[in-house]
Amino acid sequence: MSSKLMAVLTGIMVLVFYSGAAVSSKYNFPEPQSTIAQQIYDQHIMALWICLAIFVAVFGVMGYSMLKHRKSVGHKAANFHHSTMVEVIWTTIPVLILIGMAWPATKTVIAMKDTSESDITIKATGYQWMWGYDYLQGEGEGISFYSQLATTQDEIRNQAPKGENYLLEVDNRVVVPVGKKIRILMTANDVLHAWWVPALGVKQDAIPGFIRDSWFTADNPGVYRGQCAELCGKEHGFMPIVVEVVEQEKYSQWVAEKQKASAAIVNTALAETAEDQPSKN
Amino acid sequence: MAVIQDVHGHSHDHPTGIMRWITTTNHKDIGTLYLCFSLTMLFVGGFLAMGIRAELFMPGIQILEPELFNSFTTLHGLIMVFGAIMPAFVGFANWQVPMMIGAPDMAFARMNNWSFWLLPVAGLLLITSFFVPGGAAAGGWTFYPPLSTQGGLGVDMMIFAIHILGASSIMGAINIITTILNMRAPGMTLMKMPMFIWTWLITAYLLVLVMPVLAGTVTMLLTDRHFGTSFFNAAGGGDPVLFQHIFWFFGHPEVYIMILPAFGIVSEIIPTFSRKPLFGYSSMVYATASIAILSCIVWAHHMFTAGMPAVGQLFFMYATMLIAVPTGVKVFNWTATMWRGAMTFEVPMLFSIGFIFLFVIGGFSGVVCAIVPIDIQVQDTYYVIAHFHYVLVSGALFALFAGAYYWLPKWTGRMYDEKLGQWHFWLSMIFFNVTFFVQHFLGLAGMPRRIPDYALQFADFNMISSIGAFGFGLSQLLFVYIIVKCVRSGEKAADNPWEGSTTLEWTHLPSPAPYHSFETPPVIK
Amino acid sequence: MSQGTGHYYVPAPSKWPIVGSSALFFMGFGAAFTMNKIPLGYGMLAIGFAILIYMLFGWFGEVARESESGKYRAQEDKSFRWGMSWFIFSEVMFFAAFFGALFYMRVLSIPWLADNEHTLLWPDFAGGWPTAGPGFEDKFTPMGAWGIPALNTFLLLSSGVTITLAHWALKKNDRGALKLWLFATIALGVTFLGFQIYEYSHAYADLNLRLTSGAYGSTFYMLTGFHGFHVTVGTIMLIVIFFRCAAGHFKPENHFGFEGVAWYWHFVDVVWLGLFIFVYLL
Ligand code: HEA
Ligand code: HEA
Ligand code: CUA
Ligand SMILES: [Cu+2]
Repeated sequence: MSSKLMAVLTGIMVLVFYSGAAVSSKYNFPEPQSTIAQQIYDQHIMALWICLAIFVAVFGVMGYSMLKHRKSVGHKAANFHHSTMVEVIWTTIPVLILIGMAWPATKTVIAMKDTSESDITIKATGYQWMWGYDYLQGEGEGISFYSQLATTQDEIRNQAPKGENYLLEVDNRVVVPVGKKIRILMTANDVLHAWWVPALGVKQDAIPGFIRDSWFTADNPGVYRGQCAELCGKEHGFMPIVVEVVEQEKYSQWVAEKQKASAAIVNTALAETAEDQPSKN
Repeated sequence: MAVIQDVHGHSHDHPTGIMRWITTTNHKDIGTLYLCFSLTMLFVGGFLAMGIRAELFMPGIQILEPELFNSFTTLHGLIMVFGAIMPAFVGFANWQVPMMIGAPDMAFARMNNWSFWLLPVAGLLLITSFFVPGGAAAGGWTFYPPLSTQGGLGVDMMIFAIHILGASSIMGAINIITTILNMRAPGMTLMKMPMFIWTWLITAYLLVLVMPVLAGTVTMLLTDRHFGTSFFNAAGGGDPVLFQHIFWFFGHPEVYIMILPAFGIVSEIIPTFSRKPLFGYSSMVYATASIAILSCIVWAHHMFTAGMPAVGQLFFMYATMLIAVPTGVKVFNWTATMWRGAMTFEVPMLFSIGFIFLFVIGGFSGVVCAIVPIDIQVQDTYYVIAHFHYVLVSGALFALFAGAYYWLPKWTGRMYDEKLGQWHFWLSMIFFNVTFFVQHFLGLAGMPRRIPDYALQFADFNMISSIGAFGFGLSQLLFVYIIVKCVRSGEKAADNPWEGSTTLEWTHLPSPAPYHSFETPPVIK
Repeated sequence: MSQGTGHYYVPAPSKWPIVGSSALFFMGFGAAFTMNKIPLGYGMLAIGFAILIYMLFGWFGEVARESESGKYRAQEDKSFRWGMSWFIFSEVMFFAAFFGALFYMRVLSIPWLADNEHTLLWPDFAGGWPTAGPGFEDKFTPMGAWGIPALNTFLLLSSGVTITLAHWALKKNDRGALKLWLFATIALGVTFLGFQIYEYSHAYADLNLRLTSGAYGSTFYMLTGFHGFHVTVGTIMLIVIFFRCAAGHFKPENHFGFEGVAWYWHFVDVVWLGLFIFVYLL
C-alpha cells in the first residue's frame, strides 16, 4: 500500500523536477523578455525549489514513519505528545524561509510600481470584446486604433482548420520600440478586463471609470501574445493582446505610416462633416 | 404539538415517514439531511464540472456556448462551495458535536431544522436559474460588478439564494457556538475538547463574522442593479474594486471555513490509526485560532492585479505568507503524531494521509500565489484553479471522505466495505492528480481561467485533465455505492471498531448511536 | 461553564421551520421575479410575507408558551443569551459592510477619481465630500446634522434609558412601572420613525437628495434605511413584549425574552450613534 504511495510520490516529484528544469514554456512561464519578467521567473524557480525541499523533508519523515512505524511490522506505539523545543524550532524555521522569499519579492513590487519617466505612454481601454489603444505621449502620440481577434468563427466552430496562432492573433497589433520604457494606462469602458502579456511580466486589471498603470521595457524585438485575464462576459476568451516589439527605425516608420493613414481618415471625415472638428484621436 | 413529548425529550413517538424528516428536531436526523443534501449537490456541481471539462477536452467550441459555459463555471463554484462542502461540514457538526461533547442535542434544536430546510430553497433558486430567460448568472462565483450588474433574472435569483444561504449559515454557526460553549458534559473543559470540536468552534466564529458581510455585499449589488445606487459605479463615486474588497473580506475567511473542520477531522483520525495521542494538542488549538485571525487580514491577495498601492500589496503579501506558519505547525504535528506510532491504514487513514500530502501541495502553490510578483503572472490562470482544487478537493473533500468512512460505523451501526473503500481512495488519488496537476503547467504557460476555448499549445494538458476529471467523477459513483451497501448490508459494527479512538461517541455510545444520546451527560475526568 | 444540570429541553418536532422555509421560497422567487417585472412575482412576494408573518406568530408564540410553562431553566437561559449575543454580533457585521463602503469611498475612491491621473477620464471632477460622484449632473443638498437628526439621537438615547428603567421595574416586580416605561420606549421608537419618514420626504422633495444621488445618496439611504428597518423590527418586538407583560409574562428572576429585546434595542441605539457621527456629522 505505502509502496504504491511512494510510487505516486516519486512520480509527482519527477514531474515537479522536470517542470523546474524544463526551459520549454510548456511547463513553465514563457521565456522572460523584460527585467521584471526575469525577476518573476527567477523568484518562481526559487519558490519552487524551496517548496520542493520542504516537501521532501516533511514527507521523507512521514514516509519513513509509515514504513517503519506500522502495526503490521510489529511496531509498538510510543506515548509522547508534545515537546516545546521542536515546536519552537518548526515555527521559527518557516518564518525565516518566508522572509527569504519575501525579500526579493518586495524589491520587485517596488520596481513594478515605478512608472515614472517613461518614454512612451499608451492607454489601453477594454471593451466588450476588444481593446482600444491611444498613444498619449512620446513618439507616436496621437495614434489610436482598436485591436480585435483575428481568428475566424469557422476556426472556432471547428469548420476550418485552426491556424498557428489560434485565438492569439489580432487585426491591429500594439507596436512599441525595443529598449524603451513603455507605460500603459489601463481603463475600461464597460466591465472589468485585464491587460496581460506574460513574456513582458505585465498584468493589470482595467477598471471602468478608473485609470491604473503598469510598465515594461522589452529586451528583444519579437511578437508577444497575451489574453484578457478578467472575466468580462461571453467573449472573455476571445480578446487577445498582441505586442509587437520592433527596432527603433522600424518603429518610427510604423508611426509615420499610422499617422499618414489616420490623417487620411481625418481628411475624409472632414470632408464629410464640414463643420464639427473631429477630435485628433 | 408540544404534548407529544415530555420535558426530557424522551418521547419516541415522533412523526414517521417524510414528516419525520421535515419536522425533526433531532441532531442526528438533521445531520443526515445535511449530508444527503451535500452529496446531491456534489453531484450537481460535479455534473457542471464534467460539462466544463468536456467543453475543454479539445480546442474549439464543442458542446457549450460561451455564455452557458460561464454559467456552468459560476454555478459549479457556487454549488460546490455553498451546496456541497459547507453543508457537509455542518452535517458532520450536527452528528458529531453533541456526541463528542456529551450533549443531548444541539442548543437550538428547532432552529437547527430551519438552518437545514433553508438550503433546498436556495439550491432550487440556483439550479432553476438555468432555465429562466437570460439564463443563470455567468459572472463567476465571485460575481464581480459591473459584469454582474449586467446579467438578468438569473443574477437576482443567485443574489437571493446567497441571502438565504447566509441566513442558514449564520443560524447554524450560532447553534454550534452555543452548543459547544454551553452544553459540554461536566468536566470537559475547553482544553479537553476533541480537536474537531475546537476547529468547528473557531469556524463557527468565522461564519458569524463574515457571512453578514457577504449579505451586505450582495445587497449593495442588488441595489446597484435595480435601485440606482452607485456603490460599484465610478460615475457615482463608487468603485468596482470596492466590491472585491468586501467580497474577499468574506471570501478569504470562507476558504478557511472550508478547511478548518477538515483539519479537525484529520486530527481525530491520525491519532486513532497511529494509536498514539495527538501531538501538540495545545499548539494545534493556537494554530487554528491564529489561522482564523490571520485569515481576516489577508483578503486582498486575491486583488494583486486590481491596482493597489505598493504598501497595500506588500502588507497583504506578508500577512498571507504568514499563514503558512500555523498551517505548517499543523502538518508537523500530524507527522509527529504518526512518528513512532503503530499505524494501520484503513480507508479513513488513507484519505487522511492523502489529504495531508495533497493539501501541502495546494498550500505551497498558495504561498507561490501570495508572492506578489509571481501572482501578477498566475492570477486568473489555471495555476490558481490548480491551487484551490488541491486545497478544496484533495483538501476539504478528501477530509470529508475520511470522516465519512471513519464515522459511518457509528452512524449506521454497520461497517463499510474496506476493499471497495481502498479502491475508492486509490482511484480518487490517481485521477485527482491527473486532473489537476497538469493545470499548474497550463497556468504557468499562460492559460487564463474561465475561458471556453483556448490556444493550441494548451491542448494536450487540457485533454489529460479532462480524462482525469471523467475518471475522478466516475470514481465518486463508487462512493455512493459503498455508502448504500454499508447502510443496507454492511457487517455489524462493534461499539468501538477502531482500536485507537478515545472520544466519547466511541467510548460511551453503542453503534449505531441511539436516537437520543447523552440525555444524562457523562462525567469526564 | 459546562453544566450538567441534567435534562436540557429539546423541543418536539415542529412544523414552523418548514413553514418559514416555504415563506422564503415564495419571497426569494417572488422578489427576483418582481425586480425583473415578471407579474407572477408580486403575488408570490405577498404570499411569502403572509406565510412569514404566520410563522413568526406561531413560532414565537410557541417559544413564549414553553417559556411560561417553565420548560427553560438555567442552562436553556444561558443558551438564549449566547444565541442572542452572537446574533447581534452578526448584525453588527452586516452594518460594518456598509460603513466599510462609506469609508472606502470617502477615503479612497473619491480622492482617486479626483486626482491628476483621472482628469483624463473625469476632467472636471473636484472630489470632496459630500458628492454624487463625477458622472452625475444633478445637484443636491446634503443632510444637515443639527435639527431632526440631532433630535432623533436624543430620542433614541432616551429610549435606551427608559427601557433600562423598565428592566429595573421588572426586576423589582413593579408591573405598573414596567408597563409605563415600556410604553414610553415604544412611543420614543415610533416618534423616531415618524421623524425619519419626514426627513426622507423632505430630502426627496426639497433637497433633491435621492437614493440615486451617487456615493452620498447611496450610503446615506442604505445606512439610515437599514437602521430604520432595524428600529421598526425593534419596535415591533417591544410591542410584542409589551403585550406579553400585560398578559403577566416574565418573572423578576427569569425574563430572557425581555432582556433579548432590550439588548437588541441598545444595539440599534449604538448603530445610530455611529450613523450620527459618520453619516451626518463628519
Ligand atoms: C480550502 C480552501 C483554501 C485554502 C486552505 C487556501 C490556502 C491558501 N491560499 Fe488559497 N485560494 C482558495 C482556497 C484556499 N486557499 C480559493 C478557492 C482561491 C481562488 C478563489 C477564486 O479566485 O475563485 C484561492 C486563491 C488564492 C490566492 C489568489 C490567487 C489569485 O487569484 O491570483 C492566493 C494568493 O495569495 C492564495 C493563497 C493561499 C495561501 C498562502 C494559503 C495558505 O493557507 C496555505 C498554507 C499551507 C502551506 C504553506 C502548506 C503547509 C506548510 C508547511 C509544510 C510549512 C512550511 C511552508 C513554508 C515555509 C512555505 N489563495
Ligand atoms: C468547493 C469545491 C469544489 C469542488 C469539490 C470542485 C470539484 C471539481 N472542479 Fe471545480 N471549482 C470550484 C470549486 C470546486 N470544484 C470553484 C470555486 C471554481 C471557480 C469558479 C469560478 O471561476 O467562478 C471551480 C472551477 C473549476 C474549473 C475552472 C472553470 C473555468 O475557469 O472556466 C474547472 C475546470 O477544470 C473545475 C473542475 C472541477 C472538477 C473536474 C471537479 C471534480 O472534483 C468534481 C468531481 C465530482 C463529480 C464529477 C460528481 C460525481 C459524479 C457524477 C456526476 C457522475 C457522472 C460522471 C461522469 C459523467 C464522468 N473547477
Ligand atoms: Cu476582457 Cu476578459
Ligand atoms: Cu484567499
